Amino acid sequence: MSQSQMQTQVPDAPRVFADSETPMIELRQVSRRFSKKLDIAAKLARRLGASVKEEIVHAVDHVDLRVRKGEVVGLVGESGCGKSTLGRIVAGILPQSEGEVFWNGQNVAAMQGEAAKIGKLRRQMIFQDPYASLNPRMRVADIVGEAPLVHGLATRANFDAYVDEQMRRAGLDPAFKRRYPHQFSGGQRQRIGIARALAVAPEFIVCDEAVAALDVSIQAQILNLFMQLRKDLDLTYLFISHDLGVVEHLSDRVVIMYLGRVVEEAPTERVFAAANHPYTQSLLASVPRIGNRKRAFATVKGEIPSPLNPPPGCHFHPRCPHAFDRCRVEVPKLREIAPGQRSACHLNDAA
Amino acid sequence: MADTTNTSAPTLVAAQAAAPTLEVRNLQTHFFTRAGVVKAVNDVSFTIGRGKVLGLVGESGSGKTVTGFSIMKLIDPPGRIVGGSILFQGRDLATLSEEEMRTLRGNRIAMIFQDPMMTLNPVLRIDTQMIETVQAHEKVSDADARARARDALGMVGIPSPDERLKSYPHQFSGGMRQRVAIAIALLHRPDLIVADEPTTALDVTIQGQILAEVQKLCATTGTAMLWITHDLSVVAGLADDIAVMYAGRVVEYGDVGEVLDAPLHPYTHGLIGSVPSRNKRGVPLRQIPGMTPSLLNLPEGCSFRARCPRAAEDCIVMPTLHPWLPNRLARCHHPHLEEVESA
Ligand SMILES: Nc1ncnc2c1ncn2[C@@H]1O[C@H](COP(=O)(O)OP(=O)(O)OP(=O)(O)O)[C@@H](O)[C@H]1O
Ligand SMILES: Nc1ncnc2c1ncn2[C@@H]1O[C@H](COP(=O)(O)OP(=O)(O)OP(=O)(O)O)[C@@H](O)[C@H]1O
Ligand code: SF4
Ligand code: SF4
Ligand SMILES: [Mg+2]
Ligand SMILES: [Mg+2]
Repeated sequence: MSQSQMQTQVPDAPRVFADSETPMIELRQVSRRFSKKLDIAAKLARRLGASVKEEIVHAVDHVDLRVRKGEVVGLVGESGCGKSTLGRIVAGILPQSEGEVFWNGQNVAAMQGEAAKIGKLRRQMIFQDPYASLNPRMRVADIVGEAPLVHGLATRANFDAYVDEQMRRAGLDPAFKRRYPHQFSGGQRQRIGIARALAVAPEFIVCDEAVAALDVSIQAQILNLFMQLRKDLDLTYLFISHDLGVVEHLSDRVVIMYLGRVVEEAPTERVFAAANHPYTQSLLASVPRIGNRKRAFATVKGEIPSPLNPPPGCHFHPRCPHAFDRCRVEVPKLREIAPGQRSACHLNDAA
Repeated sequence: MADTTNTSAPTLVAAQAAAPTLEVRNLQTHFFTRAGVVKAVNDVSFTIGRGKVLGLVGESGSGKTVTGFSIMKLIDPPGRIVGGSILFQGRDLATLSEEEMRTLRGNRIAMIFQDPMMTLNPVLRIDTQMIETVQAHEKVSDADARARARDALGMVGIPSPDERLKSYPHQFSGGMRQRVAIAIALLHRPDLIVADEPTTALDVTIQGQILAEVQKLCATTGTAMLWITHDLSVVAGLADDIAVMYAGRVVEYGDVGEVLDAPLHPYTHGLIGSVPSRNKRGVPLRQIPGMTPSLLNLPEGCSFRARCPRAAEDCIVMPTLHPWLPNRLARCHHPHLEEVESA
């Protein structure tokens, strides 16, 4: 990765996006459920007449999401709240159980043949887990170069040059291309995932904790690289991260999820200056700061609810300091409370 | 090896009060690959006292995980510990048999891996794995072992632990799997925990809860902790001391507050400058110029030389980890001493 390329100024965030624009990706009321299969004992018990039900996890629960071309949307939320599941649906590698996904205004379910294939190729995902997402028996050169070869972006003749270029762009030494994934450190493996995703010339990238495994100076290189590519290739990102510092730095807009649902959505400065939802507020309050010294870490109040058995009404009510009767029975709707800011909390109705 | 002449591990005053739980002296772990010898860990020394937390940070690929694995004696061929010593409560781990080491591991010393699937068996239910772990080192009834497992899951914030015990690892999210792995490490209240980026995948509210549990464990049971991470804000809040690695060596070592406020080594300096919250939104983050040197072929002299804004002619000689100030060591000929004075 050349230094001059890395140091170039990127356009000042935030960019303004018109609401009338057709989103590059749009989800309408998308849900994803996972069922926990019954084991033999449970099946037997059921056959004998016991009332044993299959347990259902509502990983993603009626989510609306729009990402416009050139936009960077940060997706944050508690571990297990469904971020990766939502990211995989957006990237087209996991089918939704309900709802519709649109790619450049076209319903993905209705796309066929070549169009469907290309639509899928244009959406790439960089995975959270650099261990599980790389085939341990493939050499780096093949991990990075296989898909471009299959899809005609690289040829047998220029394969090596193509792979070298992709590796260099992600900050990897091409001299290591004959190595296997286990011979790399965690951060280096993450770069392999980045090189693989970029190698098929995508337009939309879902980054699932893509820099979580990197040290902050390499993280800075990769984030600068993402921003540079956004400018050069007009890339669009859904950026999943629990690192609010990273999300604040590079997102135009932030979407906050809690237990499968979107609870707040707003332009980045708005979220950090005037978060509306009580969960967003508690999230911001827990951010560790480098200026803190040997402090007692705060423990979250209240039982963290189970996605197997989410509380009725507002999912956040068992932990919410402002919860009142209505919160325990009625699901709050996500609605606009300020220009571009939407929040799902009953407190907004009282005003 | 010119730079490994120290005979004992550097000890910071803060750590001297109690007998150290862990002392690593001039550790060297190399990988003998077909392409050459990868000097993953080339000179690493530090000391952790009872109940103390050492934050180990540094460049991706600088040897933090290999250091952790070396302490656990989990280095597989073509890797080998080729130099130095590791003392656990004064005992040299090199002298222990594999059998004795196995008894220590998972009982007195526990490791939380970067990848939770290193701890979890994908084909076994969580309860089976946790009960087995409890019973491997203690005579405990099934019911008691299950209760301990349930409590440990509750401690790391897993909701409905009774139901969740019956799940398989693939049914958990990445962060939840890591919390289960942490719960397993806590089962025996070990004397030493080596934690490799354990909260990287977790959101800040859960991370806060786990860090609070970990702090409580260190304070009440005297567990010593090696906490490997790249999250400087976590180190700031959790650790007593910090060691910074670059290209297989500790380049800075000292009191966590002092190092973060006024780093001595130019690499530490650059690292702290890259933290997003220290940068303006919308402009590129400050980054350290250049790329990590290949561990197969390290440059002569200081490994940071090619990227260092303070490099001078004498940097062609490898610096030692020198005590420039009380409680402050740095492997550099031209440390940022002026900033310590102004801080
Ligand atoms: N089995 C192996 N064979 C060859 N080289 C290896 C092997 N395991 C690790 N290495 C090399 O050793 C070096 C140190 O790796 P290590 O995993 O300790 O880095 P790290 O500091 O933990 O990095 P990260 O922050 O990215 O996890 C890396 O350059 C890596 O490529
Ligand atoms: N294949 C699966 N089978 C059953 N349940 C699943 C499966 N994949 C995910 N889940 C469940 O769906 C929920 C959401 O998981 P997901 O991985 O999307 O969370 P996440 O927000 O990405 O969490 P993290 O921050 O920990 O990565 C979790 O409760 C998880 O246990
Ligand atoms: S709806 Fe009620 S419980 Fe939910 S966040 Fe708002 S006040 Fe809290
Ligand atoms: S020894 Fe020289 S090159 Fe190395 S960090 Fe110090 S000033 Fe820079
Ligand atoms: Mg995830
Ligand atoms: Mg590591």
